[in-house]
Amino acid sequence: MFKKLFATSPGIIGVGAFIGVFAPLLQKWGNPGNMGVCVACFERDIAGAIGLHRAAVVQYMRPEIIGFVLGALIAAYVFREFRPRTGSAPIARFVLGTFAMIGALVFLGCPWRAMLRLTGGDGNAIFGFIGLIVGIWIGTRFLKGGYDLGRVQPTHTSVGWLLPLIMIGFLVLILVFPPVSGQNQSGVLFYSTQGPGSMHAPLIVSLIVGLAIGFLAQRSRFCTMGAFRDLILFRQIHLFSGVVALLIAAFITNLIVGQFHPGFAKQPVAHTMALWNFGGMLLAGLAFCLAGGCPGRQLFMAGEGDGDAAVFVLGMIVGAGFSHNFGLASSPKGVGPHGIAAVIIGILVCLFIGFTMRKRIA
Amino acid sequence: MNNMVDARGLSCPQPVMMTMNEMKKLGKGEVVILVDTDTSRENVSRAAKSQGWQVKSVDSEGTGYRITIVKD
Repeated sequence: MFKKLFATSPGIIGVGAFIGVFAPLLQKWGNPGNMGVCVACFERDIAGAIGLHRAAVVQYMRPEIIGFVLGALIAAYVFREFRPRTGSAPIARFVLGTFAMIGALVFLGCPWRAMLRLTGGDGNAIFGFIGLIVGIWIGTRFLKGGYDLGRVQPTHTSVGWLLPLIMIGFLVLILVFPPVSGQNQSGVLFYSTQGPGSMHAPLIVSLIVGLAIGFLAQRSRFCTMGAFRDLILFRQIHLFSGVVALLIAAFITNLIVGQFHPGFAKQPVAHTMALWNFGGMLLAGLAFCLAGGCPGRQLFMAGEGDGDAAVFVLGMIVGAGFSHNFGLASSPKGVGPHGIAAVIIGILVCLFIGFTMRKRIA
Repeated sequence: MNNMVDARGLSCPQPVMMTMNEMKKLGKGEVVILVDTDTSRENVSRAAKSQGWQVKSVDSEGTGYRITIVKD
């Protein structure tokens, strides 16, 4: 009964509402503005913490990400759904992850953060949201045309454990080298002393909320990309109802805790260049659709043993390194010096993947 | 011989798309779908019901499931 509960409409709605309440609360407890949970931003912060980029304002080993993977791992084991598998064009998934991150950092957020920005009053997120939906719509055209990265194979249990083990390693690192007030380095880890990377809820709170969301999302298959994809492809509202629940719950929570500030200018960790808010998210949405899941969902699938999802996650973390080292990521001032070129190249790469990787050719 | 959809190793939306195509092609009758994740099992069952088909049985097979759906 409990096992089946999450596959029902009340189950997915409950999970969406849970995320919608706790993400804004994480902001209240210390996370950056409209960034209670942002998978792209937090993986970018992790890339900064381990020195894959040296953007001083976005370096922190985010416990939420660790919690997402380990929470999903626990749920998968409790409900006997841990299925180690891999082999569906991992390199394509790595590349998609890389460009998904590049697109998301031009907008400044993953789909979850797009919703948090929207419900926090950030009007710029509207353009990102439309871009996301258009990107997913393009992805569904490829799916209808036979786009397919091929079948996975069952593999060793330990293969499925590799990303969870990496996350446990990250957790050990932050416990051994915790942030030291005013210092930008602690042992091997980098820490922001100012900017969004310096803003975070207490470690234990972030970890517990992350574990809870990871557990619940694994059970319910919560996916923001799948929500729009299934709506477009099948007129199915199951996953979409979870997204709507998140939006409503986050909006109400933001109102209650005084975090709703409508407007376009001077929104937290956001810029006002509408076209590139749209374009960045179009790239990200297309890449998520071609890879079969939003960044959150990829973490949860990696937690249940999906080695290809794990490769996508690593692609995103590496993509964050490129984004900041190459000046692709946006800042509150606007897009980075090479952000526009990166979005165009990313869309071309996604089109190449979409057009050439079809069933009849494989 | 039943109509068979082998969606093992594929992740969504592929299993659902293959099942949808088969249901559309046949209009009615019986289809057996093989999947190997719980997510696919749930999604295929949900898709079948949404198209007015009944899930007759779900049996464990190997590391996955054999789903039988019918429509009279």
